[in-house]
Amino acid sequence: MTIKSILAAAIVAAGAATGAYADAHQTKVGFVYVGPIGDGGWTYEHDKGRLAVEAEFGDAVETVYVESVPEGPDAERVMTQMALQGADLIFTTSFGYMDPTINVAAKFPDVKFEHATGFKQAENVATYSARFYEGRAVQGHIAGNMTESNIIGYIGSFPIPEVIRGINSAYLHAREVNPDVEFKIVWAYTWFDPAKEAEAATVLIEQGADVILQHTDSTAPQAAAQAAGNVVTFGQASDMAEFGPFPRVSSIIDDWAPYYIARTKAVMDGTWTSGNTWDGIGAGMVGIGEISDAVPADVKASAEALRDSLSDGSYHAFTGPVNKQDGSVWLADGETADDGTLAGMNFYVEGITGDIPQ
Amino acid sequence: MDLSSINPILLLASLMVAATPILLAAIGELVVERAGVLNLGVEGMMITGAVCGFVVAVGTGSPWLGFGGAAIGGALLALLFGILTQYLLSNQVATGLALTLFGLGLSALIGQGYIGIKAPSFPDWHIPLLGDIPVIGPIVFQHDPMVYVGLILVAAIWWFLNKTQGGLVLRAVGENHDAAHALGYKVIRVRLLAIMFGGACAGLGGAYLSLVRVPQWTEGMTAGAGWIALAIVVFAGWKPWRLLLGAYLFGGVTVLQLNLQAAGLAIPVEYLSMSPYIATIVVLVIMSSGRAPGSLSRIFHASR
Amino acid sequence: MIILEKRANPSQVWAFATPVLAVVLTMIVGGILFAALGKNPFVTIRTIFLDPLFSEFAWFYRPQLMIKGAPLVLIAIGLSFGFRAGVWNIGAEGQYIMGAIFGAAVGLALYPMELRLIFPAMVITGAFGGFLWAMIPGLLRVKFGTNEILVSLMLVYVAEQLLASMALGAMRNPDGMGFPGSRNLAQYASATSWINESAGMHWGVVTAFIAVIFAYVTLARHMFGFQVRLAGQSPRAAAFAGVNPQRLVLICLGVSGALAGMAGLFEVAGPAGQISIDFNVGYGFTAIIVAFLGRLHPVGILLAGGLMALTYIGGEIAQSNLGLPGAAIQLLQGMLLFFLLAVDVLTNYRIRIGGTA
Repeated sequence: MTIKSILAAAIVAAGAATGAYADAHQTKVGFVYVGPIGDGGWTYEHDKGRLAVEAEFGDAVETVYVESVPEGPDAERVMTQMALQGADLIFTTSFGYMDPTINVAAKFPDVKFEHATGFKQAENVATYSARFYEGRAVQGHIAGNMTESNIIGYIGSFPIPEVIRGINSAYLHAREVNPDVEFKIVWAYTWFDPAKEAEAATVLIEQGADVILQHTDSTAPQAAAQAAGNVVTFGQASDMAEFGPFPRVSSIIDDWAPYYIARTKAVMDGTWTSGNTWDGIGAGMVGIGEISDAVPADVKASAEALRDSLSDGSYHAFTGPVNKQDGSVWLADGETADDGTLAGMNFYVEGITGDIPQ
Repeated sequence: MDLSSINPILLLASLMVAATPILLAAIGELVVERAGVLNLGVEGMMITGAVCGFVVAVGTGSPWLGFGGAAIGGALLALLFGILTQYLLSNQVATGLALTLFGLGLSALIGQGYIGIKAPSFPDWHIPLLGDIPVIGPIVFQHDPMVYVGLILVAAIWWFLNKTQGGLVLRAVGENHDAAHALGYKVIRVRLLAIMFGGACAGLGGAYLSLVRVPQWTEGMTAGAGWIALAIVVFAGWKPWRLLLGAYLFGGVTVLQLNLQAAGLAIPVEYLSMSPYIATIVVLVIMSSGRAPGSLSRIFHASR
Repeated sequence: MIILEKRANPSQVWAFATPVLAVVLTMIVGGILFAALGKNPFVTIRTIFLDPLFSEFAWFYRPQLMIKGAPLVLIAIGLSFGFRAGVWNIGAEGQYIMGAIFGAAVGLALYPMELRLIFPAMVITGAFGGFLWAMIPGLLRVKFGTNEILVSLMLVYVAEQLLASMALGAMRNPDGMGFPGSRNLAQYASATSWINESAGMHWGVVTAFIAVIFAYVTLARHMFGFQVRLAGQSPRAAAFAGVNPQRLVLICLGVSGALAGMAGLFEVAGPAGQISIDFNVGYGFTAIIVAFLGRLHPVGILLAGGLMALTYIGGEIAQSNLGLPGAAIQLLQGMLLFFLLAVDVLTNYRIRIGGTA
């Protein structure tokens, strides 16, 4: 095992040396992307955050990125390579990068890591994620008001807490304004497959849905809704404004720029500390795209009021009384959900029919 | 669970649209394989067609010109495969796989700068009179033109393969290239044309996604449709009409499982999704040997 | 007019010269491409092809070449037997997945028991999983004459669906906050395939080297190797020589399936660590290309696997250091493969320019 210890020492030395070099010159920020920048969705928005960092700090920072990095050994290699080349801060932007990030971070104690959507932290590994469910609450509010058939279609990607949380949040706020509302949920089992997303939207429309919410990133459902004529949609990940003002009436936008700028600044100032950031509308990580004029003025006003109350923290999207699907009490009257339960959410709230696939 | 919410008429109508991109790609590959060439690069040609079609359509504002550009783009990429396999005698399996890799990279480079733009709209044809027939009208006669192009191509290929001299030559080349050569047919020329036709069709299938279905350009947007097209050709036993059945079966399973989910039925999605592939294997076994074109994927070199 | 004339024997000179020629051609055309993208072609080419081997951080990249190359070489070695004999298994990706699922199942079932025997048991079940998956096209071809190219390809999709089902259902990590994916086997001492992580050594690397040597000896010295070569060159002669074609089909598919399955197991228990929806990243398909690039020769496959791994790793460096788009790397790899396949014609054929003789 002597080789191993020599190598480990070399890695640490290299890390320290390059770190010192970078301090004297530029701060180097690395980004590891799971998809291509051209996906128009998840990775595209992260890259917009990277460009915002460049715009903010100019020559004081240098950003580097590698796209379409498979989760696993390839991710670990890319992160190591960035750290060796002198990166001071590395953003790893997919849940599947969790273990690789922790592994690499252990070898480079002087490099800061930021892992998106994960739950494992370390001295030099912070995690961050967005409270997209806040945006879902606004969507649910508009959707409940807009639906005539009282059927809202929901395209889920994979049955994981992130997606289930969004469904619950949207449902609760749709039911609040429209007690008769019903959710039809289909799981596409993909994050990105335009043809399949189009089919899923078409199926939901055929089964009577006149509002489609999507947790997949392509614009195919928007096109399907447009073809159907009278179906409301919401942009996902990016604004999808090109489908406005109708069918797209609003959107949830991933906006990583404020966080990326703040964390880069913290590294430059030497004030960076590990932690878990879970920001929502208030911090600007979740953007609510322009609510179009296709939405009646009173609904638009109440939706914006809801958005603002979520933003300033006066209202929590999961406020009791809320029962679980089986009728048992989850949140008592006035009680708000704790982050731990939300992070691992694996149940529907009362009123949603059907089971979460196992 | 409420199965009554599934409307069979609408289901069939949407099936025709859902099956179109894979049908277009598959009919091209069918011709290629009937000529005795196995081109596994369908995915690469489809995605190249998708981006070429999108760029041309956005540039000219005409979806029809876009489809034309897609066909040309797909055919050019296929020509590369043709030159390698026919003149330089490279292995078709490996060359086809390389073509997919190449096509994915090329399309992403071409498509830079076209992200987040919407394609010019391509309206449905509401065929007068026919479109108003109850039940059948909405199923069959109210789609965008490319749906009909796909169906016409299937019919045309059936006619070409079975009723024309050219089709006979093509099949002869595919069944036994040495015999065809001995009879004086230009094996390589026939194959090159078939390969380019296959590329053009795959390009159309890809452009159907980027211009009609999505309609936007995003990297990797074909998401495996090209591989499904390959499966359908096999399922169809290299017969055009059965190809239609195969495309509807493969598309149908997806549409059906989504319908069942939306109706609230708990179904094991993964197992349903693998069923068409298992069905394809069963069909292959039942058809037994000898039905695949005799010279499929074999290298031809005329030894004077 | 240009005429190709088949050589009586493949040219020894060209067999060695063509890969070099192909790499040089790729560098030239790739350089033009990079220049068109606004990058310095010389720096880019050096970054992709040389930096992983000779740069300041080569001590890190060299072991990574083994990690990236091992599954490619292991699978390609298995495939090369079949390809020589005219048995076309293009479903190694599926066999790779099944090997990982089978092997991981053993490890996950026994977690957290610590026992020396767990890893060997996983290797055996992993190999068995791949073997089983390859036997489906094998038996169908032998019994019904079904085309194994197509059956093995179809089974890739079936395996991918099974993988998704496992990652989301049966094998999902109970402590994973509800996210898809199994426990991390690399962190489970009795199940990990790592020998020395920073040196890039895991049992898959070791097995790949053993497979290369084994294949070399078998092809050069063993009766089976002779039968394989004969069956590929002349099926009729092989039948006269007493080769049982059905047994040959089953052995070729079985060997390639078992090796692909083992590659999957080594990967899931080490570098990848866990069963996840996107566990397979195309090694099974890339290995087909590697097998051909290596001219189906064990040493050639070893070099081809190394070259492919080099372009992956060099490509990542070029992306991160030079800001080259990922798509340009894919294009370069596609080009490299095209050139390698194209120039191979020189090995087997002689080019004659002039009239028809």
